[in-house]
Amino acid sequence: MSLSKQQVQHIAMLARLSLDDRDIDEVVEKLSSIVEFVDQLQAAPTDDVSPMAHPMNQVQRLRADAVTEPNERDRVQQNAPSVSDGVYLVPKVIE
Amino acid sequence: MSAWEVVIGLEIHTQLATRSKIFSGAATAYGATPNTQACLVDLGYPGVLPVLNEEVVRMACKFGLAVGANISRRSVFARKNYFYPDLPKGYQISQYELPIVEGGEMVITDATGKAKRIAITRAHLEEDAGKSVHEGFAENSGIDLNRAGTPLLEIVSEPDLRSAKEAVAYLRKIHAIVRYLEISDGNMQEGSFRCDANVSVRPVGQSELGTRAELKNLNSFRFVEKAINFEIERQVNLIEDGGEVVQETRLYDSDKDETRSMRSKEEANDYRYFPDPDLLPVVIDDAYINAVRASLPELPAAKQARFVQQYDLKSEDAEILTVSRAMADYFEACSESTNAGAQVIANWMLGELSAALNRDSIDISASQIAPAALAGLLTRIADATISGKIAKDVFEAMWAGQGTADEIIESKGLRQITDSSAIDAIVDEVIANNPSQASEYRAGKDKLLGFFVGQVMKASKGQANPAQVNDAVRRKLR
Amino acid sequence: MSDGPESLHLQTLSELSAGLAAGDFSSRELVDLLLRRIDDNKSLNAFITITAEGALAAADTADQARAAGSGGPLCGLPIVHKDLFCTAGVRTTCASRMLDNFVAPYDATVVANLANAGAVYLGKTNMDEFAMGSSNETSYFGDVKNPWDASKSPGGSSGGSAAAVAARLIPAATGTDTGGSIRQPAALTGTTGLKPTYGRVSRYGMVAFASSLDQAGVITRSAEDAALMLGAMAGFDERDSTSVDHPVPDYVSLLDAPLKGLRIGIVKQHFDDGLDAQCAARVKEALVALEGRGASLVEVDLPNLDLSVPTYYVVAPAECSSNLSRFDGVRFGHRAEDPKDLLDLYCRSRAEGFGPEVKRRIMTGTYVLSAGYYDAYYLQAQKVRQLISQDFKQAFDKVDLIAGPTAPTPAFALGEKTDDPITMYLNDIYTIGANLAGLPGISIPCGFSDSLPVGLQLVGPHFAEDVVLRCAHQYQSITDWHRQCPENFR
Repeated sequence: MSLSKQQVQHIAMLARLSLDDRDIDEVVEKLSSIVEFVDQLQAAPTDDVSPMAHPMNQVQRLRADAVTEPNERDRVQQNAPSVSDGVYLVPKVIE
Repeated sequence: MSAWEVVIGLEIHTQLATRSKIFSGAATAYGATPNTQACLVDLGYPGVLPVLNEEVVRMACKFGLAVGANISRRSVFARKNYFYPDLPKGYQISQYELPIVEGGEMVITDATGKAKRIAITRAHLEEDAGKSVHEGFAENSGIDLNRAGTPLLEIVSEPDLRSAKEAVAYLRKIHAIVRYLEISDGNMQEGSFRCDANVSVRPVGQSELGTRAELKNLNSFRFVEKAINFEIERQVNLIEDGGEVVQETRLYDSDKDETRSMRSKEEANDYRYFPDPDLLPVVIDDAYINAVRASLPELPAAKQARFVQQYDLKSEDAEILTVSRAMADYFEACSESTNAGAQVIANWMLGELSAALNRDSIDISASQIAPAALAGLLTRIADATISGKIAKDVFEAMWAGQGTADEIIESKGLRQITDSSAIDAIVDEVIANNPSQASEYRAGKDKLLGFFVGQVMKASKGQANPAQVNDAVRRKLR
Repeated sequence: MSDGPESLHLQTLSELSAGLAAGDFSSRELVDLLLRRIDDNKSLNAFITITAEGALAAADTADQARAAGSGGPLCGLPIVHKDLFCTAGVRTTCASRMLDNFVAPYDATVVANLANAGAVYLGKTNMDEFAMGSSNETSYFGDVKNPWDASKSPGGSSGGSAAAVAARLIPAATGTDTGGSIRQPAALTGTTGLKPTYGRVSRYGMVAFASSLDQAGVITRSAEDAALMLGAMAGFDERDSTSVDHPVPDYVSLLDAPLKGLRIGIVKQHFDDGLDAQCAARVKEALVALEGRGASLVEVDLPNLDLSVPTYYVVAPAECSSNLSRFDGVRFGHRAEDPKDLLDLYCRSRAEGFGPEVKRRIMTGTYVLSAGYYDAYYLQAQKVRQLISQDFKQAFDKVDLIAGPTAPTPAFALGEKTDDPITMYLNDIYTIGANLAGLPGISIPCGFSDSLPVGLQLVGPHFAEDVVLRCAHQYQSITDWHRQCPENFR
């Protein structure tokens, strides 16, 4: 199945990726070729097959409820592009 | 309004009272300096991975068992994908297709006083988001991720509720249960217990549901009731004016007492849920469930029934006394220490004690007057050392920290006068001072008995035993 | 093998370890020599970051420890890390503009385990951006050249690690393998590349591409060295829920057990049209050699092998689309200048920070998970993944290992496949199955096709690293393909 320009723009919005008008045709073409390629999965007979989410048949291990992580705010925020008084800044969120 | 039926379902978010977060070892304490309790996992740092806290599983099981639900032997964490600044990873780890708790119910009392079963669809575990701070950063919002990763149990009801009052009654029952189970502090001001309400209306008799609005940010019982009532009125007016309800998220503004559309969330959401590949299925066996079941405390409904049976209390009183474990424990501790009678204890707890606690905004678990102390006071009423009226003064003195009931009675000389010769002397004096009333009484004006008793009590500064005074007045005026 | 310090770079880890133990040279001398070689061969573009100062200090520490008799099994041995493993205080870029200036405040478990064993790391290697690629051409820091022919790709995504090992700049390099990212570059550079069982090595601190497929491993110049490295890297990690608590054997001590009786599965689908004729010939010769060591060859069937690439290109992008959502310009990573609002901050930071292949995969993954397509793509892919996994299970009822080609062709020209993602994706047709099923696999050199190395892949059942390594080691004991060194790097 090939994708429409509109579909690709919707996907890009969901993924929060701005798309340059110059690039959009190429993106549509390449994504379409990938979708067409994976379309061959549709033909596989999988009626009674259970989906496999993990390669190993293991169950979740549980951690003791203990505080083990110290405050490392200052070190961690050295990677932050914009902070003030210990909070991360983003353009105003309107609710 | 009578032509409309209201349909409400609640999604309750309960923060679980763990020491550390659901998937990390960061602390969960409320009110810490911004971002000092957000570790690498909470921040969604590259390379770090979630590991599930065992306590949240236990707590979810407790809740499920308490509401008669099915505990899933296998539950799966999924990712709910969306971008928001308070959601560091760009996805929230939640449970989608296979929640840990399914089914269950809660019984409430409806408007006609009848018991009504509210079905619980499911309860699932998830992580809380951080907080955005909108003031104080000019053109920006500040993001504090201390709350990110705090464990939540989301309890979803069926749309079985038919009024704002029922919604609040249900919410109170769930609130009581989570506190009984000690899985949440239930603190609504701090956001530990909050809910979203899905509200719709339909013409009475229609089986199909109306279009619903989701009300967010309901963080007190009062707001839940007000917001729902506002929303019902809005929807009914809208439809009656020929409009249509649109499915949307609405925010309750408590200052204006209205709900308004959250346009920022209007953009079509597509959460792209899929099983979180960093986490494995949570598998629970019967032995585990049985162990949790054995650890459950007596729950509110059972306790209420027992209080009625064991203590011969009125059902309404028993319901209020069992609203919290602390309240019920207080009652039982008190009743162990006095033979004043259960109903007397109930009356005092629901009267003087509750009034004082409310006045000073104190939880019963932190009451200045301990159960044994209240019992001490009530014993002195029962053994006629003081009257009920004097007891109220003693209670206030106790509340003010002036000592035990006995100490206060002694130091203030409040002991009741029960010496019959002393009472007779006062009665004689009062009769002598009121000869005309005495003649009228003797002539048949029985109503004057109260006058004489009152005068005697007054003369004794309230300390004379009222029953003895009564007898003496009758005897002397015969 | 040479004696003089000038040729130390040609020695394997095991040989260097013996030399250090004998006091023939110090770790500092060794590290110093290799740092110079790395510097002299910058044109390969195998490195993103070189940590000379830290390496020399660590070498000194190792020398002191060895003198005191307290060093670990890898004491003083030089290695490098793929730039996807977080290293405390040293930037971790994932070869992306997004993380150009990112400095992790912690060490990945792999990094910590190797440091605890005494290994000294000299730098961080180039790779495909966020490990998404099979040619090392998606790196923000440019292509890596194949030491055998600078016009050719070294493969990917662990291309920098493979090139550095092939060019004798370092005896061992960590890598990660999500769909063949260790084995394919190993094949294309004539090195030995081991991908362990899923869960064998901790993923903690490895920047995630596709969490249910990612596995850390190693590129070396011999199976013996891979065994040595794996012993230090592997083990249960309580910080990784998918880490498996399974004992770690002494892999090196198990290398010499006889191959007699070993049943090796030959997959008929492996030798279909897509395989280069010379590669097929080299692989078949290798199989004959293994037979000569006492192994028996048994034909097995992997009927759904053809579906492994499309399955992978649903599952991996789906997981990556979600894993990479955390790069939003708020807490770390690239942030667009002067965002006009929140949406603009997100969309531009991500569009500027990620390269075209990463964006394609994020969008593919977003699409296959989106409403209306989830069942047809994601769920269906998970079911086919189950079928593929069952195929392997059935095969391993009959055989101990599966052997075949690692890649369909030898190294291809840089730029040759960049315009067509599907052709590029099909490069991983023989390797992806092991990731989908979580199996251990190794690629070892088995000859040449027109002067370019060819890789033989051995895949075993879960936790059969010992068998995989033993077979590879014994093949290497009767061949010297793994000792071949590209001309300009001797």
